[in-house]
Amino acid sequence: MDLVIARPEGLYCPPGDFYIDPWRPVDRAVITHGHGDHARIGNGHYLAASPGAGILRSRLGQDINLQTLPYGERLLHHGVTLSLHPAGHVLGSAQVRLEYQGEVWVASGDYKVEPDATCAPFEPVPCHTFITESTFGLPIYRWPSQSEIFAAINAWWRANCAQGKASVLFCYAFGKAQRILHGLDASIGPILVHGAVEPLNRVYREAGVYLPETRYAGDIPRNDPLLRQALVLAPPSAGGSSWMRRFGDYSDAFASGWMLLRGTRRRRGVDRGFVLSDHADWPGLLWAIGQTGAERVMVTHGSVNVLVRYLNEQGLDARAFATEYGEEDDAVAVEPDA
Amino acid sequence: MKAFADLYLRLDATTSSAAKLQALRDYFSTAPAADAAWAVYFLAGGRPRQLVPTRVLRELACTLAGLPDWLFEESYQAVGDLAETISLLVPESHQVGDDGLAHWVEQHLLPLRGLPVEQLQQRLPPLWAQLDRPSLMLCLKLITGSFRVGVSKLLVTRALAQLAGLDAKRVAQRLVGYTDISHRPTAARYQQLVAPASDDEHDQRGGQPYPFFLAHPLQVPSEQFDALLGPPSEWQIEWKWDGIRAQVVKREGQLWVWSRGEELVTERFPELHSLTQTLPDGVVLDGEILVWKPGSSADELAVQPFALLQQRLGRKTLGKKLLSDAPVVLQAYDLLEWQGEDWRSRPQHARRRQLEQVLEEHPLAPVVLSPLLEGTDWADLARQREQSRSLGVEGLMLKQREALYGVGRTKDMGTWWKWKIDPFSVDAVLIYAQRGHGRRASLYSDYTFAVWDAPAGTPGRALVPFAKAYSGLSDDEMRKVDAIIRKTTVETFGPVRSVTPTLVFELGFEGIALSRRHKSGIAVRFPRMLRWRLDKPVEEADDLATLQALLA
Repeated sequence: MDLVIARPEGLYCPPGDFYIDPWRPVDRAVITHGHGDHARIGNGHYLAASPGAGILRSRLGQDINLQTLPYGERLLHHGVTLSLHPAGHVLGSAQVRLEYQGEVWVASGDYKVEPDATCAPFEPVPCHTFITESTFGLPIYRWPSQSEIFAAINAWWRANCAQGKASVLFCYAFGKAQRILHGLDASIGPILVHGAVEPLNRVYREAGVYLPETRYAGDIPRNDPLLRQALVLAPPSAGGSSWMRRFGDYSDAFASGWMLLRGTRRRRGVDRGFVLSDHADWPGLLWAIGQTGAERVMVTHGSVNVLVRYLNEQGLDARAFATEYGEEDDAVAVEPDA
Repeated sequence: MKAFADLYLRLDATTSSAAKLQALRDYFSTAPAADAAWAVYFLAGGRPRQLVPTRVLRELACTLAGLPDWLFEESYQAVGDLAETISLLVPESHQVGDDGLAHWVEQHLLPLRGLPVEQLQQRLPPLWAQLDRPSLMLCLKLITGSFRVGVSKLLVTRALAQLAGLDAKRVAQRLVGYTDISHRPTAARYQQLVAPASDDEHDQRGGQPYPFFLAHPLQVPSEQFDALLGPPSEWQIEWKWDGIRAQVVKREGQLWVWSRGEELVTERFPELHSLTQTLPDGVVLDGEILVWKPGSSADELAVQPFALLQQRLGRKTLGKKLLSDAPVVLQAYDLLEWQGEDWRSRPQHARRRQLEQVLEEHPLAPVVLSPLLEGTDWADLARQREQSRSLGVEGLMLKQREALYGVGRTKDMGTWWKWKIDPFSVDAVLIYAQRGHGRRASLYSDYTFAVWDAPAGTPGRALVPFAKAYSGLSDDEMRKVDAIIRKTTVETFGPVRSVTPTLVFELGFEGIALSRRHKSGIAVRFPRMLRWRLDKPVEEADDLATLQALLA
């Protein structure tokens, strides 16, 4: 029996009568993580991993009907045993394990296999059927180690400091920004953040994640010499806006897995592209799939057709799941949280 | 190799000319002369022909990466660049050798040309294993002849001039012809580029042409010409020819013909060879090579379409029939050297007067004097310009009578304007899309356009493709079109998607001709998107009759 099927509202578990990350409002929703394409407003009841509670409340509202579950703890619902396991994507991100009449399915949401200190590391969960994302499902995507990337970011910041220029680093406000903050060498200079980043920093700090001291960029007067030594974290939407003017002559950079490609990097039009992703790269996807021991793999958002074909050639039973996560197939242009 | 790869990364990472100039200076101030010689060659646009067939590179990459061919193709479609794709797929090497660029090109790369496949398969992997990812990408670009980076020749010239403490114009002069395939860059040639100025330099130039002076597009309405340009009497006005810009150099009993790309094309135009006898030594003519209607008199404007010239260029051998069907002439419009003396710093009108005199004294069969146009005012000239299309020219050239002959697209010594006629345009429907290359990698940015095969209201009428275009949209528009294409895809054939027709664009093009190779029976030249017709439903796009009317 299929424990998860695709329905117009989202991925649905028939025996348990609930949805996983539905994109239309439903009664019962299990949420893998707080990014906007996975956690939407309007659901009657939410279930999420305990470390993600703060994020969900800050994004969806303090008054949502939210039930939390610690990683690894089991819960029985309509005969379905449900548990949540770390996905290593962002704070509170979870894979959903479902067991019913001896059959085990795992829906992984978005995941990253390289551990980082801002969330619990990805944990392989053995199952019969594994539902995987495929955002970076092409063999060209192989990430450099994050220590290499953090070293490059720090070196760029240091070089800008020496030239008396602000360093503006664009990245997604939830997850990526905190991961970068954690990897920065705070002794180089002051760290400033955009208004979209600060509330999430607060949630991370409250969850016990160490982040260096940050200041709200809007509090710094325009000609303050401090700006010329600062690293500024801002969401991509701030690029080109009048908000940027306060930094005068600055160097800019963008942190995303898409920065691996010269074309995307050039299209961004920033000085530097840092290859840093919250998703698994190609070897990571294949490793994670292998670790589950699953014979059947359902592939969602990203390079769906590529991964399905490849896994089938490797002897697995792989199929596509149509979802509304990320964007449709290979929409690099839209660049979802990555 | 690593140093040149680092330079490439620095140049590629910035759009600022100052930063690029600094990167070039940093490189050239430390590079050994032999490496610098090749670096100048590649940066100035020199490209050895492809050294290894693409198919061999792809197969080897698949083998080394352990990937099936289809997955390589998918990866290539996402990356949009063969060299980059391969460098991302093969296992990365961390043991980087320190051989320089010259060593790589001369010892490792050039010898690959013409080797049998089995030998290539043996030789390439150990070479690749000595390169880190950026160096490997660069190496592959050199192998495939696709090396390009956003640096103009002018910028390279400036960097070298600054380092050597020379006038940039002198370096530009020395650099002319540097990338021609018949010379090989050497340490000695690089040292000549940056050597201190000497008196006998002028006598040692052999068949070297001068850097071409280029025109700026004039894109203001003619009502503003008086304010911008002054009266027409201050200008030398000619037709803008649609041929191949060329310099004819005659020195020491020898003739050289150079194209604007600074390629030696003497052999391509046997019609001009008689000039070896008829043209005096120490003469350089600037003009346009055009196919002229056979048997026409010298005075009539009998220029033939550019397509004929292009056909000639495509042929390996020039047969008798071709030469008699499509003979060329040189429309001469400038004199850069006379009696061995550089005339570029004399005003336009003086050079013109001397040119007229030369051609009068030496009737030179294939050389015609590009006629001057007279006009009482700009409105009068605008009327004359309207005949351009029927005469087979692209519009008018306006050359300041006092202008000296500059270097490249400069304005500091007087200006040449090209006042081109508006392109043809039709409203066409986007029906297929393919992902682009370089900056447009992964984006659906290369489109096939169609018009209706029958007027509106005809039952069962269909769209027939007639042109492909990929330029003219802003980045923002391109992203929007990309998203629409992904949402309206009907079918995928390899890299191409067919879409439900919803998008109408105004397509501009320079020429139109009958063609048996195209489904529509029509071929257009330089098609590009002029604007996105968000206001036009698909049903109101143009039909074949519109195109046929333009043919007349």
